[in-house]
Amino acid sequence: MIGLLSYAVFFTTVASILAIAVLGLNLQWGNTGLFNGGVVAFFGAGAYGTLILGSAAQPDQFGGFNLFYPAALIGGMVVAGLLAWVVGILTLRLRHDYLAIATFGIAVTFENIMRNAEWLSGGAKGIRGFEQPLRDAFGGGLAYNAAFLAFVVAALIAVYQFLQHLVSSPFGRLLRAIREDEGAARSLGKAPSRVRLTAFITGSVIMGLSGGLYATFYAFVSPQDVLPTLTFQIWAMLIVGGAGNNRGAVLGAFLIWGAWTASGWSLSRFAPIEAQLYTGSIQYILIGSVIVGMLLWRPQGLFPERLVVSQSGKPGATKKQGV
Amino acid sequence: MIQNLVDGVLVGSVLSLGAVGLTMVMHMLRFANFSHAELLSIGAYSALVFDALFSAMMPPLTAAIGPLSMTWALALSVVFSLVITGLSALLIDRLVFKRVREKGSELSMVFASFGVAMIIRNVVGLIFGLGTHLYSKDIVFAVVLSRDPLLLVKPDQVFTLVAALLIMLIMHFVLSRTTLGYSLRAVAENPTLAQVNGIRLSHMIALVWLVGGGLAAVAGIFYGLSNQISPMIGRDLVLPIFAATIVGGIGSIYGAVLGGFIVGISASLALAILPSGYSPSMPFLIILAVLLIRPNGLFGEEQT
Amino acid sequence: MVDIALTANNVVAGYVPDLPILKDVSMQARREAVTVIIGPNGAGKSTLIKAIAGLLPVSAGTITHGDRDITHMRPDLLTGQGISYVPQMDNIFRTLTIRQNLDLALRKVGRDAPARLDDLYARFPVLADKRNDKAGALSGGQRQFLAVAMALATAPKLILMDEPSAGLSPKAAQEVLECARGLTDQGVTILLVEQNVNQALRMADHCYILAEGCNQVDGSAADMLNDPIVGEIYLGAKRMRAS
Repeated sequence: MIGLLSYAVFFTTVASILAIAVLGLNLQWGNTGLFNGGVVAFFGAGAYGTLILGSAAQPDQFGGFNLFYPAALIGGMVVAGLLAWVVGILTLRLRHDYLAIATFGIAVTFENIMRNAEWLSGGAKGIRGFEQPLRDAFGGGLAYNAAFLAFVVAALIAVYQFLQHLVSSPFGRLLRAIREDEGAARSLGKAPSRVRLTAFITGSVIMGLSGGLYATFYAFVSPQDVLPTLTFQIWAMLIVGGAGNNRGAVLGAFLIWGAWTASGWSLSRFAPIEAQLYTGSIQYILIGSVIVGMLLWRPQGLFPERLVVSQSGKPGATKKQGV
Repeated sequence: MIQNLVDGVLVGSVLSLGAVGLTMVMHMLRFANFSHAELLSIGAYSALVFDALFSAMMPPLTAAIGPLSMTWALALSVVFSLVITGLSALLIDRLVFKRVREKGSELSMVFASFGVAMIIRNVVGLIFGLGTHLYSKDIVFAVVLSRDPLLLVKPDQVFTLVAALLIMLIMHFVLSRTTLGYSLRAVAENPTLAQVNGIRLSHMIALVWLVGGGLAAVAGIFYGLSNQISPMIGRDLVLPIFAATIVGGIGSIYGAVLGGFIVGISASLALAILPSGYSPSMPFLIILAVLLIRPNGLFGEEQT
Repeated sequence: MVDIALTANNVVAGYVPDLPILKDVSMQARREAVTVIIGPNGAGKSTLIKAIAGLLPVSAGTITHGDRDITHMRPDLLTGQGISYVPQMDNIFRTLTIRQNLDLALRKVGRDAPARLDDLYARFPVLADKRNDKAGALSGGQRQFLAVAMALATAPKLILMDEPSAGLSPKAAQEVLECARGLTDQGVTILLVEQNVNQALRMADHCYILAEGCNQVDGSAADMLNDPIVGEIYLGAKRMRAS
């Protein structure tokens, strides 16, 4: 019973952390129409950033800043934001697929550098960070994990509220206007590339928060945590949940993470031994099929975007649901 | 250093072949196709299958051609692989991209291509195993071009380069001398105007997939010839090929050819300075440099 | 009875299915005459001509060319029906040479192509001089001539022109419009959309005025030009200054 409960806590913690990243992606793709093909780079920047800033000095290792935990977490978010700023400023003026390619590229490069730059990131063996904060206060174990879950859920709710507020604000309407018709938005005197840059950076900072929490939870991060697959999983969560809808994004995160762990578990339990090596391949095929299938048959997701018609909006302006 | 340059030229010819197909698709269908590099993988593996098939059926074909490691069976397989890969590209378009195109935005296509890439790569892995394959286990010795500085070239590499250049020459001839070539360029530039000039769009799209797939197959086989065949061909080449299209300017076929060589050569040269572990990062650095200096590439036009 | 080349009956069309820009438009183009469609911005003029060319889905109504129904025709079959369409602005392939543009347009002509090419060069000497230049290097007026030459390549019975004078100097606009006018003497019917109301009405035979996706007024171009009410509403201050 305790085993089941502690597994439930563990599962919910990871799913909630990923849900935060999905929310960040939803701001970029769902609300603004920006294709981020390298979510994992921003997630990873947050993870590595938090651990490097928060940990004590270790031999042959960059860092040792030993920052107070909240400062380290915020620092990780800032690192993710800076990365987004560099990519965004170079690509957001151009044809939309440049952003897709550049973000994909930065994710490949990020993983590559983390794997090779031992002085910075510990290389392939990863970076051991600091002990989970306040661990002693709860005496470790399930009590601590439950407390950490509460912290993560609080962060999720805060991000959710922030984004709900943002989306219904004039800025949110501007984002949708640019997504639907860039020319019209420009003719209203709005600079779409600046608005998009703001949205892109904000979304990436949220992904950085998610990465920071992930690294804190495991007190460890290695190149295995920032493989392109993670980008793919986060994408699947959003598209299944329904792009543009924050509630859908969170539900999608839980659904896909549940399906992913369940499929991994059942393959490892029921598949013949010689097929075990291919568990990953089968899971990737499944998740690829989910994405392609959703795009073909239910592009609006399971929980489609519900657009609030603003007072000045004509009915025709809100026709196009989702993406 | 000169050895790096030579190696870079060879990698470049593979990238060029891949990038020409990709830039055509990106320009005509207006989406970044992340599954294009998987076509190289399909090409490399289908040649492997045909090679085994022909060698078993007609043993005389297993003789190597001249000094190359390539056998007559493999040469024949190239033709079959080219057709199979072209048809696969067409089939993928019919099954996925065409339907998404009719329904959604260009960005949904980018997304769908991620999914397609993931599926192809792992299906290939399931069928052929995650390990590596070789077309020929015979070791072909490199020819020493010069001893000081030491310069080694394998006959296969020279063949690859010559064949790639020949294919590009044929492409150039078709594009600059035939009305079919004009039609392709016309559709890429302005699909609506091409239509009202009597060009059937769906036929041209099919043609682009066939040509793009065929070129990708050749690129994949050449890559397999000088490296190894593994299900990760697509993963490893997708970014360099994208970099080649961006360097050349999206939509420019000549740009893609040049871009392929530029990316191949500069990545190889950079390895003279950087540790080899960093080579996967090179394409992105090249993309960054192009975006900083000349965002629309060497031959690209400004587009939004 | 007047010989009619093109008829549109109660056409409804738009870019998005449930949002018609063209709400209900009917018109006819008389054979070997110039018919011009004018109206304020957003009236649906370009939408109408694109719907005729098969570039936009028509959700109701019919379009007939002679006695053939061409309502839902694929745009690439248009030239086979003897109809050419000259789009607004981007109406030539900039990255191809002039010769390549013309070869493309002559692609399906077959054996007559070389003779027809010579014919087009004779008609537009400026194109002959620059035949190996990239079409993108032509001036605005020259581009329109190339676009018209491409439209003529298939020896059409009907040419649809979307604002041929857009972006041209008054002199170049006049030349292009005169060229279009001249085609009617060779048995070609012209249907054009124009913003440049004054110049268009002076060279046209018949005129339709659209507003908000519906027919407003129609009549002979000469009558329109002299109608004080039409002048005031649609021709505006420009005409006042001119007269």
